[in-house]
Amino acid sequence: MRRNLWIGAVLVGLNAAVAALTLVWLPYGPTEMSGGRLSPPSWAHPAGTDRLGRDYLTQVMIGARIAMTVGIGAALLGGLIGTTLGVLAAFARRGLDDALAATLDILIAFPTLLLAMLVVAASDGASLWTAILAIGLAMSAIIARLVRILTKRVLAQDYITAARCSGLGWGKITIAHILPNILPTVMVAVALQFGLAVIAEASLSYLGLGTPPPNASWGQLLQQAQSTVFRAPMGVIAPGLALISLVLGINFLADGLRDLMDADEEIQP
Amino acid sequence: MGRYLLRRTFVLALSLIAAGLVLFVLLRLLPGDPAAALLGVGADDAQIAAAREQVGSDQPIWVQLGRFLSDLARFDLGKSFVSNQPVLPEILARLTITLPLTLAAFTLALCLAVPLGIIAAARADRWYGALISTISQFGLAVPVFWIGILLVWLVAIEWRLLPASGFPIDGWGDPWAAIKALILPVVTIALVMSASLLRYVRSATLDVLGADYLRKARALGETQAQALIRHGIRNGAVPVISILGIELASTLLGAVVVERVFTLPGLGSMLLLGIQQRDYPSVQGVLLISTLLVLLIGFAADVIQRLIDPRLRDPGAGR
Repeated sequence: MRRNLWIGAVLVGLNAAVAALTLVWLPYGPTEMSGGRLSPPSWAHPAGTDRLGRDYLTQVMIGARIAMTVGIGAALLGGLIGTTLGVLAAFARRGLDDALAATLDILIAFPTLLLAMLVVAASDGASLWTAILAIGLAMSAIIARLVRILTKRVLAQDYITAARCSGLGWGKITIAHILPNILPTVMVAVALQFGLAVIAEASLSYLGLGTPPPNASWGQLLQQAQSTVFRAPMGVIAPGLALISLVLGINFLADGLRDLMDADEEIQP
Repeated sequence: MGRYLLRRTFVLALSLIAAGLVLFVLLRLLPGDPAAALLGVGADDAQIAAAREQVGSDQPIWVQLGRFLSDLARFDLGKSFVSNQPVLPEILARLTITLPLTLAAFTLALCLAVPLGIIAAARADRWYGALISTISQFGLAVPVFWIGILLVWLVAIEWRLLPASGFPIDGWGDPWAAIKALILPVVTIALVMSASLLRYVRSATLDVLGADYLRKARALGETQAQALIRHGIRNGAVPVISILGIELASTLLGAVVVERVFTLPGLGSMLLLGIQQRDYPSVQGVLLISTLLVLLIGFAADVIQRLIDPRLRDPGAGR
């Protein structure tokens, strides 16, 4: 029952620990040419070196920090905007609500990556922040649609009518009744989106639209290692496995959270 | 059914116009003057003014909107800023790569996901059922380009079985060469896509397995396999088909990453190039055509759902 939660927590915790570690310690400097070109894995360089002699392990560790930053940033942004929009849409009058719902559906029809590419194209040059903004905005449409449906379901409950009759305003009802009721489901959805955000960031930087060097993200590492994969396959394997461990961990965590919610009979989604 | 098709076509046309408007607004929101992008750095004011007149960005927004819509009605998507060639023929040429790529990958993914998903659900208590579910969980966490790079490394570089990248210059002139260039990209997309499809098939099958009509079929003497084939597939297919529509659409639009891995000159690479070069007509054209395709896919998914499920066709039936 709790197995998913544990596997997820360990994998995500490991990535978070590595990300935190890079703030204070790295095996080598990120741009330090510390070994021979494309040298195979050794004790000094467990994942080998790239074509300029830079340590792959160092770069993969920095990649963990960037993936966590973009994931957390996009999840916070998407969660906040999405929840606000969704609750507002649920409260809105019929016509406005329909228009919002239709707009969200059109936005969701476009994959996150495409919306993100447009946002990056709109801003002057790619950076860590454009990636967070782009992925967070794309994510917010998905969260908003979910929140709107959940809020409408809560609004139909008798205790909302009771709260209205006892003179509570809509603002207080939102804080006291709606948010606590929808939050567990929204958290699971945000967690799943977190995993997708990590993949989307990797795709963006693989396409050259993500974080610029020297803060190489996993996607950019993969893009550069692709041309030398026949001589240094670890350069492709290591960032890929790191990325999979993080996304897999997040998905397990989300599944575990959902199991926990289903077990708790008070909060049926 | 006829009335439904008529109504659904009307909705399709409306959503196409709406999507066109959204795109128009989105692209006009982009900072940076298309005219400046047309000229590049070092242009003087007179040149910029002339370019604005040519592009039409000196006009008020509603005049631009009118021009945009009337061009659209004549299937005129404008000319590329970079090559000065009309955008539409370029898009159609690139679709001859992206469409076969997407459709073949989709078909292969279905052939993998449907049987495996049904086995994973029907044999959830056996080791191989659990194994299939675990592998699909992994598949959800793997970025598609990573699989692509690994396949290029193993199949193309180590074993030298297939070309690593590119597409024949004369396109489909030599069909076998074109097919060989597409095999690895197709397998790459299909592997990742089947992981998420499999999970939907599995949960749809689990729902069907718990249904009363299946228990009754078993009680009437059918084996589980017979019951699943005669009653299960049709029932389970209905929720899966709408997911299929969404998956097909996102594969079409997501082909940009895979096309980059294999340097295929498809629609996705045109979009990427357009974004890098700030070539507004190209970006706008690619997005419009792909939106049209996405809406058509949704249309097809809805119609197929109604063909399979009589309850959707006639609300009175089946109650």
